[in-house]
Amino acid sequence: MLWTTLMMALREIRRNAMRSLLTTLGIVIGVGAVIAMVTIGQGATAKVTSDVAKMGKNLLTVMPGAARRGPTSGTAPPFTLNDANAILNEITTVAAVAPSAGQGVLAVYGNKNHNTGATGSTNGYFDVLGFEIEQGRKFTDAELQGGTPVCILGATVKRELFGAQDPLGAQIRVGKLSCQVVGVLGSKGQSTFGSDQDDFILLPLSTFHRRLAGNTDVNAIYVSATSDKVTTRTKQQLELLMRERRRLAPGQAANFMVMDTKELQQTLQGVTGALTALLGAIAGVSLLVGGIGIMNIMLVSVTERTREIGIRLAIGARAYEVLMQFLVEAVTLSVFGGIIGMLLGLGGSLAAVRALGLPFVFSPGIVALAFGFSAMVGIGFGYFPARKAARLKPIEALRHE
Amino acid sequence: MIVSDGAPLIELRDVHKVYGHGESEVRALDGANLRIDEGEFVSIMGPSGSGKSTALNVIGCLDSPTHGSYRFRGVEVGSLTLDQLALLRRHYLGFVFQGFNLLARTSALENVELPLVYRRVPTAERRRRAMRALAAVGLEGRETHTPAELSGGQQQRVAIARAIVTDPIVLLADEPTGNLDSARKVEIMRLLAELNVSRGITIVMVTHEDDMAAYGRRTIRFRDGRVESDTRHPSVMDAEGADGRR
Repeated sequence: MLWTTLMMALREIRRNAMRSLLTTLGIVIGVGAVIAMVTIGQGATAKVTSDVAKMGKNLLTVMPGAARRGPTSGTAPPFTLNDANAILNEITTVAAVAPSAGQGVLAVYGNKNHNTGATGSTNGYFDVLGFEIEQGRKFTDAELQGGTPVCILGATVKRELFGAQDPLGAQIRVGKLSCQVVGVLGSKGQSTFGSDQDDFILLPLSTFHRRLAGNTDVNAIYVSATSDKVTTRTKQQLELLMRERRRLAPGQAANFMVMDTKELQQTLQGVTGALTALLGAIAGVSLLVGGIGIMNIMLVSVTERTREIGIRLAIGARAYEVLMQFLVEAVTLSVFGGIIGMLLGLGGSLAAVRALGLPFVFSPGIVALAFGFSAMVGIGFGYFPARKAARLKPIEALRHE
Repeated sequence: MIVSDGAPLIELRDVHKVYGHGESEVRALDGANLRIDEGEFVSIMGPSGSGKSTALNVIGCLDSPTHGSYRFRGVEVGSLTLDQLALLRRHYLGFVFQGFNLLARTSALENVELPLVYRRVPTAERRRRAMRALAAVGLEGRETHTPAELSGGQQQRVAIARAIVTDPIVLLADEPTGNLDSARKVEIMRLLAELNVSRGITIVMVTHEDDMAAYGRRTIRFRDGRVESDTRHPSVMDAEGADGRR
């Protein structure tokens, strides 16, 4: 009987092709829109999260200058190497520090030149800011102490100056300094804000101080906390320590600032979260509109279907046999539409995230929710009017106007 | 399923059917008594609102009386559940309506097959029997046509084929010629009379035309929800020959 019911339901679906198509379309649009919107939104969130994570592990940045006026303005004194050492030695939740200083330089190799930045730092730079050595090596202790003219190239600089050539051992000019390339960094790509994180040349801090800058200023201290749970505490301790070292009186405005990457991450995630919620709301409206479409079609056909039910009852169908058929019809259309919508939604969002350079995040929860809601609407509005009709006396169903 | 020797096929005793309440109360049947035996061809007549259609619907188990007793082959129909009523219709009754009541966009063959589907008749046999029923009503070659592609008379023939495909004991017809022109009316009535004679199918037909009632052998007139008169008479078919053919 189940087979017969199924065949009968499929025949009815084919017979009422337009109604079936419109019902399916409502579900396809609803399911497809929700899945596409939410998948794209979540892709954006995942991208931001991974970008911020790439900035460095539990990264805190200490910069001179008042927070209100921006990090480099005004007369705030720079840091020294001793500040960095004090941070590493006195704050227990600090895993590594990278004191750094930088300036814009013209890099020249052979007949090629490239405007970039020179950054002086220590080997802590790799861990704190999450850079990998792709070719060559880090600095040696002797190089770091002695101000040896060696350098490690960011991926962009290597590409601009050397192309496919091997840069290791080559002598390049960095500003007025001639130095030897001992390593190349792995690429981190663009930051969330669109700047190229690979466009710089890394030198030992001592080399930078003695041979390029001519001073011992440290413009930024990058600090890596031991875990993501202690970043807030570390930030407070950094503020206390630096106030003390910079001899600020209680109540006096700070002439430096500490930036917590986690806070930045949270802010950005708040933005993308709001974006996802917005997309989700738009998609929810599509789902609702699709649902109303399904509802309309089902309700419009109630008169015809009620008479059909009357005919079936009159020729000897039992109420439950008629209901089974209607239920199978509704389930078939809903599931069919749901699957098409799911495929379109996933396919569409896959194409969209590819085009936008976002990761593809599959969330089964949303797929289930969209599918479930549409199926519920489809089945509900297909089944319940039928149930009402099947409970009528056959003569009432037959005379339904 | 329901077998009771000696009992009349259909027996209504003091059947009432009341619609609405209070001032708008309508007594469609008001103490109707009626007895029909197997093999009869009964025409039910009467003015509008006399209760003739209601009586037919009660007999067909499409409607239930407000009170009173309806026995089908001795079984009290009022005591049956909805499912049992469906099975009674499935196994013993066939319907022909004034408005045909065929499934739209559905071929003649599929319409005729439908009662057999609910009887769980296997596909091949279903097809064979449906073809035979369509042939019996003179619709060979029209099996694939949908109701919209058929004339009124042809649609009513499909409906009759659907009613007789299960070999019912009783064929209930509610103004079967009401929507047809006079030539088609004669065709349909001849068909019904022939089914009554050749297959022994009991026919209960509601009509308001004396010409149609003349094809039967008994006429029951209703007035105000009761049987006003009940006369037996020869069929016009008798004058044309016992086999009902011209």
